[in-house]
Amino acid sequence: MRVLVAMSGGVDSSVAAALLVEQGHDVVGATLKLWGGPSDSGCCSVADVEDARRVAQQLGISHHVFNMSEDFEASVVAPYVAEHARGRTPNPCIECNRHIKFDRLLERARRLGFDALATGHHARIVPDPERPGRRRLRRGADTGKDQSYVLSMLGQDQLARLVLPVGDRTKASVRAHAAHLGLRTAGKPDSQDVCFIRAAEGREGFLGRRLALHPAEVVDLDGGPVGTVPAVELVTVGQRRGMGHGDDGRRRYVVSVDVPGRRVTVGGLDQAMTGTVALAAGTLRWVGDPLPPGARALAQVSAHARPVGCTVGRGPAIRFEQPQRPVAPGQTVALYHADDPDAVAGAGVTA
Amino acid sequence: MPDLCYLDHAATTPVRPEVAEAMAPFAAGRFGNPSGGHRAAAAARLALEEARESVAESMGCDPGEVVFTGGGTEADNLAVLGTLAAAAEAGVQVDAVCSAVEHPAVREPARAAAKGWFGAGGAPVGLREAPVLPDGTIDLQALEGLLEPTVALVSVMLANNEVGTVQPLAEVVAAARRRAPRAVVHTDAVQAAAWLDLSTAAAGCDLVSVSAHKLGGPKGVGALVARGGTRLRPLLLGGGQERDRRSGTQNVAGAVGLATALRLAGVDREAEGARVGALRDRLATGLVAAVDGLVVTVPGVRALPGHCHVLVPGADREELLVLLDAEGICVSAGSSCASGALEPSHVLAAMGIDGGAARGALRFSLGRATTEAEIERALAAVPAAVDRLRH
Repeated sequence: MRVLVAMSGGVDSSVAAALLVEQGHDVVGATLKLWGGPSDSGCCSVADVEDARRVAQQLGISHHVFNMSEDFEASVVAPYVAEHARGRTPNPCIECNRHIKFDRLLERARRLGFDALATGHHARIVPDPERPGRRRLRRGADTGKDQSYVLSMLGQDQLARLVLPVGDRTKASVRAHAAHLGLRTAGKPDSQDVCFIRAAEGREGFLGRRLALHPAEVVDLDGGPVGTVPAVELVTVGQRRGMGHGDDGRRRYVVSVDVPGRRVTVGGLDQAMTGTVALAAGTLRWVGDPLPPGARALAQVSAHARPVGCTVGRGPAIRFEQPQRPVAPGQTVALYHADDPDAVAGAGVTA
Repeated sequence: MPDLCYLDHAATTPVRPEVAEAMAPFAAGRFGNPSGGHRAAAAARLALEEARESVAESMGCDPGEVVFTGGGTEADNLAVLGTLAAAAEAGVQVDAVCSAVEHPAVREPARAAAKGWFGAGGAPVGLREAPVLPDGTIDLQALEGLLEPTVALVSVMLANNEVGTVQPLAEVVAAARRRAPRAVVHTDAVQAAAWLDLSTAAAGCDLVSVSAHKLGGPKGVGALVARGGTRLRPLLLGGGQERDRRSGTQNVAGAVGLATALRLAGVDREAEGARVGALRDRLATGLVAAVDGLVVTVPGVRALPGHCHVLVPGADREELLVLLDAEGICVSAGSSCASGALEPSHVLAAMGIDGGAARGALRFSLGRATTEAEIERALAAVPAAVDRLRH
């Protein structure tokens, strides 16, 4: 099989490429230049590209750099900024997977005559036990490193052309394999956070350069003023940091953010808890057959959140079996099968 | 893996066997430091000074005007920053004029100077960019308008690295002498050196940059010709080598390599230029005939004989490179950043080619080693690759 492997310069995708070579496939590596500005790995992530290129050399495969920075700016960074300006909290990694890796890059791989695209994500693609010829997306073997959440938007067309070689390995075994092969990425730390935001600058610094940030008043659920925040655009529903404590001494949580009204509403945890979350129209996508309304499922609301029982309602909306901390608008809710809790059923973006 | 079909001579060229042979003694046995006082040093110094005389003859200057550098980029940096720094010592505003299609080795130091490279104490540097016409040649009328007595540096390349356009350098020099009499005129001749006789083509310039590896020499060595005592502030400080213009123990083997490569290029320049130019024309005509909508960016008569830059509508250069690389065909698609990612071309933009058309840019650059068979291979592979990407 001819496989194009997306090599980020990290250990997972290095080993993904190595495993494909060991399996006898015809492998070509590609590293995406996504962000042209400063980042924690140097301008244009030069260090990461060099690592990926060196690993490709060590494996004896061709390597190319694809400059997708214009698309990344247009379909990931600009919407990230625009969503914050509306008081929403998007997940840029999911948008990058949706628009860049599993759309533009997958399409490019097809045009270039590759049978499949591979990445170093910790997740597994397996045959659907109920529907011959179709596939399921399951959590990675290393539950602590599982990345099925950030792949939860994938459909059958994409799964059919995607290979995830490290999904059935633990991170420790991935590192051990890289060390065994003498790959220079073996000991590289896991990437953290958003690639286009430097740790020293933070989300505040980045958005502050791109957006006019506005102070806002903080009110309780009765509308009584309890304080102010310096930048309403940086406040997230469900956040408790910086919101202080109520008269009863209990921590306050953000219940809602009104950017045009310059107002943040806070409440105690019991007041902030919610039983449902509405999904934005048209964003709910299913990996296989849609779950019928009323079906039970497990919902995961962020990359590392614990999945919780829910039912799929009309609207579409997700009804939690137990009240949950509110889910910020713009976040992705990944749904897993109730009877196969490691398998992604679908995903949507909260309204 | 298929045999290499190397059509990227504008990026670098194979070292000519005669050059490697001339360098060999200095890479091993004759190791002396040319600045020393004993006989081991004297042997190295002899080679270095003979190389300097040979370079001077090829470039049409005096041996004392040749400054050996660590390559074309260093020569360009020394020309731009060294000239502006020397001019700025007077403490008044100095201006620099560059063409809009200069190589980054000129463009970036010029921009850095304008952004305060010399620090808070230095005089301000104003940078003006002279536009180019659609074929990449400098707009002489616009250039005239930018020139005035405050201009301390005029830098216009002899031939462009991306599209191959040869500039009307004599006219540029004449305009500079007329309207900016104090200006130092620099030309980046790195790309042109393989094909043009610099002793005539760059005769009027005060500063001329060359690089050995673009014409069959080794990487990591170049020279800046600084005519008539042109004032340069050195970038590298130390032992005062190269008459205080470039400190650091000289790369003797490299200097010998550069001298040999320049001398050999002159031996059969016209015949080789005609041969390669004919192959290039065959490639250009063949591509136009075989690929629907393909446009040759600069007509052959305006370009260096080795350059064939084309725009392929409906195909992405990154994808073309992957398919051609798989066939063993080495071409380029413009300038890359340090990561190796292709960047939007400031050269094509300056020529008025929009970003969409520039997506399909491919540069074939032929050299002394190029054969007819390689051109035929490219003529078979390129249309097939374009076809695949368009469907």
